[in-house]
Amino acid sequence: MEWEVVIGCEIHTQLATKSKIFSGAATAYGAAPNTQACAVDLGLPGVLPVLNKEAVRMAVKFGLAVDAEIGKRSVFARKNYFYPDLPKGYQISQFELPIVGQGKLAIELEEGSSKTIGITRAHLEEDAGKSLHEDFHGMTGIDLNRAGTPLLEIVSDPDMRSGAEASAYMRKIHSIVTYLGICDGNLQEGSFRCDVNISMRPKGQEEFGTRAEIKNLNSFRFVERAVEYEMERQIAILESGGKVVQETRLYDPDRDETRSMRSKEEANDYRYFPDPDLLPVVVTDEFIEAVRATLPELPDAKRQRYIGELALSEKDAAGLTAANATADYFEALLAASGCEAKLCANWVMGELSAALNRDGLAIEASPVSAAQLGGLLQRIADNTLSGKLAKEVFEAMWQGEGSADAIIEQKGLKQITDSGAIEAIIDEVIAGNAAQVAGYRAAEPEKRGKMIGFFVGQVMKASQGKANPGQVNQLLKSRLDALL
Amino acid sequence: MHTKTIAELAAGLKAGEFTSEELTKAFLERIKAHDGRLNSYITVTGELALAQARAADARIAAGTAGPLTGVPIAHKDIFCTDGVRTSCASRMLDPFIAPYDATVVRRFKEAGVVMLGKTNMDEFAMGSSNETSFYGPVKNPWDLKAVPGGSSGGSAAAVAARLAPGATGTDTGGSIRQPAALCGITGLKPTYGRVSRYGMIAFASSLDQAGPMARTAEDCALLLGVMAGFDERDSTSVERDVPDYSAGLNNDLKGLKIGLPKEYFGEGLEAAVASTIEAAIEEYKKLGAEVVAISLPNTHLAVPTYYVVAPAECSSNLSRMDGVRFGHRCENPKDLEDLYKRSRGEGFGAEVKRRIMVGTYALSSGYYDAYYLKAQQLRQLISNDFKKAFEQVDVIMGPTTPTPAFNLGEKADDPVAMYLADIYTIAVNLAGLPGMSVPAGLVNGRPVGLQIIGNYFDEARLLNVAHKYQQATDWHSRDPEGFN
Amino acid sequence: MALDKSDVESIAHLARLAIGEADVPAYAENLSNILTLVEQMSSVDTRGVAPMAHPFEMVQRLREDVVSEENQREHLQQHAPAVQDGLFLVPKVIE
Repeated sequence: MEWEVVIGCEIHTQLATKSKIFSGAATAYGAAPNTQACAVDLGLPGVLPVLNKEAVRMAVKFGLAVDAEIGKRSVFARKNYFYPDLPKGYQISQFELPIVGQGKLAIELEEGSSKTIGITRAHLEEDAGKSLHEDFHGMTGIDLNRAGTPLLEIVSDPDMRSGAEASAYMRKIHSIVTYLGICDGNLQEGSFRCDVNISMRPKGQEEFGTRAEIKNLNSFRFVERAVEYEMERQIAILESGGKVVQETRLYDPDRDETRSMRSKEEANDYRYFPDPDLLPVVVTDEFIEAVRATLPELPDAKRQRYIGELALSEKDAAGLTAANATADYFEALLAASGCEAKLCANWVMGELSAALNRDGLAIEASPVSAAQLGGLLQRIADNTLSGKLAKEVFEAMWQGEGSADAIIEQKGLKQITDSGAIEAIIDEVIAGNAAQVAGYRAAEPEKRGKMIGFFVGQVMKASQGKANPGQVNQLLKSRLDALL
Repeated sequence: MHTKTIAELAAGLKAGEFTSEELTKAFLERIKAHDGRLNSYITVTGELALAQARAADARIAAGTAGPLTGVPIAHKDIFCTDGVRTSCASRMLDPFIAPYDATVVRRFKEAGVVMLGKTNMDEFAMGSSNETSFYGPVKNPWDLKAVPGGSSGGSAAAVAARLAPGATGTDTGGSIRQPAALCGITGLKPTYGRVSRYGMIAFASSLDQAGPMARTAEDCALLLGVMAGFDERDSTSVERDVPDYSAGLNNDLKGLKIGLPKEYFGEGLEAAVASTIEAAIEEYKKLGAEVVAISLPNTHLAVPTYYVVAPAECSSNLSRMDGVRFGHRCENPKDLEDLYKRSRGEGFGAEVKRRIMVGTYALSSGYYDAYYLKAQQLRQLISNDFKKAFEQVDVIMGPTTPTPAFNLGEKADDPVAMYLADIYTIAVNLAGLPGMSVPAGLVNGRPVGLQIIGNYFDEARLLNVAHKYQQATDWHSRDPEGFN
Repeated sequence: MALDKSDVESIAHLARLAIGEADVPAYAENLSNILTLVEQMSSVDTRGVAPMAHPFEMVQRLREDVVSEENQREHLQQHAPAVQDGLFLVPKVIE
């Protein structure tokens, strides 16, 4: 039988507010345990929540970016369950009336096509704390610093049909929330986490199969791999006449498999009801319009502009616009260098990306700023540097040795473009390689083109790589041909 | 000194007739001498009170005193008091030393009001007899065999026995008015949102409201003036100016329209109570008021509605009492579930457990619409009854309770009978209206309260109406034998 | 609505309350009586009636995004049942 996979995603994005969603405690990552958990976050008796305006603004911003209906009147509800990282015994979330309603976005697929994925809703809620299982003599330690951090839970329609689509969707949401500046997008720190619902059905069947939920995937790659593993697992069950169990599973990246998770609350009876400590959240048209006015250029629009106005290739444009920080760097480089877009794109996607990858750095943390790199590109554009020398200068800049010009000066890396100087070196090379010159003269004309490479190499070597290769080629040819 | 009203004590302090320290000592001595019979205090904060009194005396001497500086009062043990045990009369919170002040407590502190201690109450304010306290029942000073009412029974008994000139209370279904009636004192439940709930341990968030309990309406006006006002820490508190509640106390009642709902004078009302209330109405006619017969047709639904809304909210509000971050923890929990179940099973008394279970059931999957949603709709109907009535009348009057205080143990095994005794007070909470109870007579030596219900934010009128009655009668100034 | 022993046990479990075996019948009776009282609600037709969550048509006030709370860990954990290295301790959570 031919099977079709049906995938829906729930993405939890931590909103980049300074303070928590319902208290004035800080949200900064990495503080000592419970030092950012105030009385409200601890759920002490008597405390009450007050909603952070910025969290509302950010949620609306997301809604506008995915063309969604904004819930003009949304309601917070309590989701009741007991867990030690959930201090009040309930999570304040939104249930019946979320702040963001139906929306949509387009994902780009490998083969260059695109597909629209529906957004069912997005709602505001508070994050839970963390349980630490090590070093407490068989006890678990509870850190509530994260408790109360605002989350926007983005729920997709079950529109994806492959692991690649699920991963492309996750990337797209990641790109949008980071563009909007509403989430730092840090996957390692858990700022962006994805739950994936996966079910199989015979191709052509309309009805959905029973789904499994894979929780807390924090990498694009894991999403794709978890989906693939889960598809195989479910197909094997179905084809052997079994039934898929509706359950929560965890993906283990080391073993590349998913496994069943003991459920937190077996009955899952969350007893939702409107939180009586909070009133309905009403966003006015003025509020929405004010947020709309702050919307930045989004990745799709930016990509189109790069292709249209800057004449970049689809591939370059997609690469540069995938992350806001990359696009920002590129645009800063473009402005600082005044060079052609293509040259700037090549360097951002090439040398810079490679160095960042190698050192495991985010582009925001690049040791070479856009302005500094701009200085280097200018020296390429004005022929001061050859491509090879430029790479050497870039490496020195990466090591913090100063600006391009300073490094060129200090290392004497300036390209030799003076014809007289190059001709002098050529003379030396010809004088020192009489046998090769004789061979050149004796060779069939069609073979000479290849033989010239030897002389070019010698000239470059004699100039310590500084001679302009184009000029060397041209001058050598005319000198040798004059000897014929 | 102890027989003076708060207004008289404030005047005496200002005139230098006595110091706050002398006054505070006098009350501490009375508590020591008499509270053994009543059990109205859970915690007496003698040293702290004297320190606060000396600070108040310094303020009076320096001329920086406010109107109530140096007056001692007691707080119901539901209000968080920084550094002082805040038990809510529960074993669960017996070890809980609050690390912050409730807004109400803070406001009194800032006004220079001295705290004598924390008064006894029904556990988590769930009860109408003060028999559910972990610290044992409170006795009614008028008859030690009788209950003082609840849940603010300790506050009511302490004020009636002059172990405090005034006290704070909270009212979720009658918890200020009913014990005020049963102990022969004056108590006011303000409009929902008038007084901050921050730091007041939540029972039913959409119904809870704090208010003053004292001997006279004049004193309640003074206390409410300190308590009332917007609090940015409570999303349900109302941003609305606080009037001078004392200013209009003596306004003429000529032409005042008093609504008498026929449902408040029907079956179940004890004849002697009915005639006491009728006598009070006669007094108002003498003061120039007009009486209008009205109907609140959904009155009979108030108790059933309340026993869904309040337990549902409390089941969720009390989930934070889990033995993890504060409060009672069972010995040697064998696992997490054991920790939760035994800590909560041991920490909560039977009535609290009953209400948590009713609420859990009412919110659980499949029952939400039939219980909680239905109750919220009935709340609307009950509220509409009052809205309609206030189109015709200025205030509504009736008995606070159908009978005077019942005997200790009389209803302790029959929760439903206990609940039905709150028939006249509960609807006011469901509608969010302000209500008072004023001493109106004695039946077999036990006090009877006249309930006065006002329109939203009409506390000043309620106080005026109550004050004029107290000018014409002396029920409020009578003392129980053995406590004068 | 009459609740039986197993209803009481499952509600108590959902609410994480240990109820002594011997007390279950009394809870079953009391809870059933309360639910019978509550079921008087069903006598009223509430179709089309808007549920009332709060007395007023007020809307949620929004707080500016400002960090206003300082670290008070020592103070807030002073009376906690079990704390180590600033963490609240609970019996091992198995995931």
